[in-house]
Amino acid sequence: MTAIIHASDITKVYGKSIAVDHISFDVQKGEIFGFLGPNGAGKTTTTRMLTGVIPPDSGTATVLGYDIRTEPVLAKQGFGVVPETSNAYTDLTAWQNLMLMGELYGLTHARAEQRSFELLGMVGLLERKDQKVQAYSKGMKQRLILAMALIHEPGLLFLDEPTSGLDVQSTQMILSLLRDLNKQGTTIFLTTHNMEEANRLCHRVGIIRAGKIVAIDAPEKLKMAIDRVYKIEVSFDREVPGDAITGLAGVTGATRTGDKWQIMTENRDATIRSLVTFSQQHYAVIVTLNTLAPSLDDAFLRLTQEAQL
Amino acid sequence: MNPAGFFEQVKRAWAIAKKDIRIYYFKGPVLIFGVFMPVFLFLAFLMGGRQLPLSFLISGLVGMSLFFTATAVSPAIFPWEGSAKTLERLASCPVTVEAIVFGDMIASTLFGIGITIITVIIGLALGLSLIHGVMLFATILIAACCFSAIGMLLAVPPTNVPSNIMMLSSLIKFPLVFISGIFIPLEQMPPWGLALAVFSPLTYFTDLVRYTFTDTHFFPVITDIAALTVFTVVFTIGTMYLHKRTMPQRM
Repeated sequence: MTAIIHASDITKVYGKSIAVDHISFDVQKGEIFGFLGPNGAGKTTTTRMLTGVIPPDSGTATVLGYDIRTEPVLAKQGFGVVPETSNAYTDLTAWQNLMLMGELYGLTHARAEQRSFELLGMVGLLERKDQKVQAYSKGMKQRLILAMALIHEPGLLFLDEPTSGLDVQSTQMILSLLRDLNKQGTTIFLTTHNMEEANRLCHRVGIIRAGKIVAIDAPEKLKMAIDRVYKIEVSFDREVPGDAITGLAGVTGATRTGDKWQIMTENRDATIRSLVTFSQQHYAVIVTLNTLAPSLDDAFLRLTQEAQL
Repeated sequence: MNPAGFFEQVKRAWAIAKKDIRIYYFKGPVLIFGVFMPVFLFLAFLMGGRQLPLSFLISGLVGMSLFFTATAVSPAIFPWEGSAKTLERLASCPVTVEAIVFGDMIASTLFGIGITIITVIIGLALGLSLIHGVMLFATILIAACCFSAIGMLLAVPPTNVPSNIMMLSSLIKFPLVFISGIFIPLEQMPPWGLALAVFSPLTYFTDLVRYTFTDTHFFPVITDIAALTVFTVVFTIGTMYLHKRTMPQRM
């Protein structure tokens, strides 16, 4: 695996406050890396350092093999950025914004026109390409920003809260585009608050709290790492004896809520098997059976709270 | 293509200049200001009752037109773009800070030249004869670059509030006009006034413009050109260096 982003001990201090505190991590080629953290944790500051918008106070970061401090232009030529706040020129049309980006990334006029046409079609803005951006909705602006970041076909894309505050249609369109881009080989560095989004999209996530990285792993591994006791929710078509359930193999506890039983176990496989046997023995049909794994939300809360303590 | 190469960065600076012209200069109020300012300057001086000959006035009027137009918009571009977050967009693109500053300078240079040509045309229409035409246009070009660099220097303080910069800009620009031989000929200035005048690039520009229209001058022509060129180079390098230092504070 090749590290597309290599951050080593990077730090940013604003006055007396340490926004990012000696963090190090790698992002591998072809992966979608989620960067999660509560408000003010240092996500945007880290993204801005990695994209060369602000310099780190200490530490080094290489992006696409170039040191972002000493060779910023070469690094920036290879990636695109979708910032948290839409920053297209509102006095220009979508077409003019894209053509400007084409020129800033050194595309020929013909290539910039071709890419602008393709991208506006891809984000569903072709019909409104000659309208000034000030008349666009938030979702349309965000889709335009994504198109602007893709004008030069970058191998790496930074996105800072790309779906924050967007309607469902725009959110789904952007997430679907990101998946497609990743399938085509684009590496994605995604900052988000949205755990579900990170869970569904990211190959690995890094969790930052108070400027420090508290965990980096695949979402499923993070979820599993935080809890060794699992919950299983089961309901039957008739009354079953509670004592019998608590006595099943692997079950450490069972509580009844409504028509369901919530069962605690350290061994999900053994418990599910014994539940099936139990239902046959008591002539009860299993109506629902759900394994309640810890969510990424749980992992996030646990990890960020632990770091706070 | 080497994106960090000089010519590639100049091309990208030109893209920024075109964007500036489209967004900030091709605006009704800005164009109206640009066209009306020289007209009203002529009216004010001709009807002011000071009985100064038009051949003297023209150098000051051309000087003020170029100085005020080339420094009119450029100081506010960085604060505007900083507050609209579009500066962050530029900063994340493969363009150097120098290229961004140079792009802004090109736009204000072109705007300054365009409006100043109107002033020159009015002067010619009022019966003045231009003796050294090529010299005038070369002088306007150098001075426009110089004043654009001054405009960008005024934008160095890393504030994203345009009104703060515009106030600072007025505080610096108006005194400069008074010490540059526009209202009082350099020959009539007291020694302390002359000592101040040599530190203003506008002094050399107005002296050169006077030379092109009347064939008279206070400083030797070569001194005027050299001084204006040195000011241009120093201000351009200075503004690029300072903006590079303050840019991260705007983000």
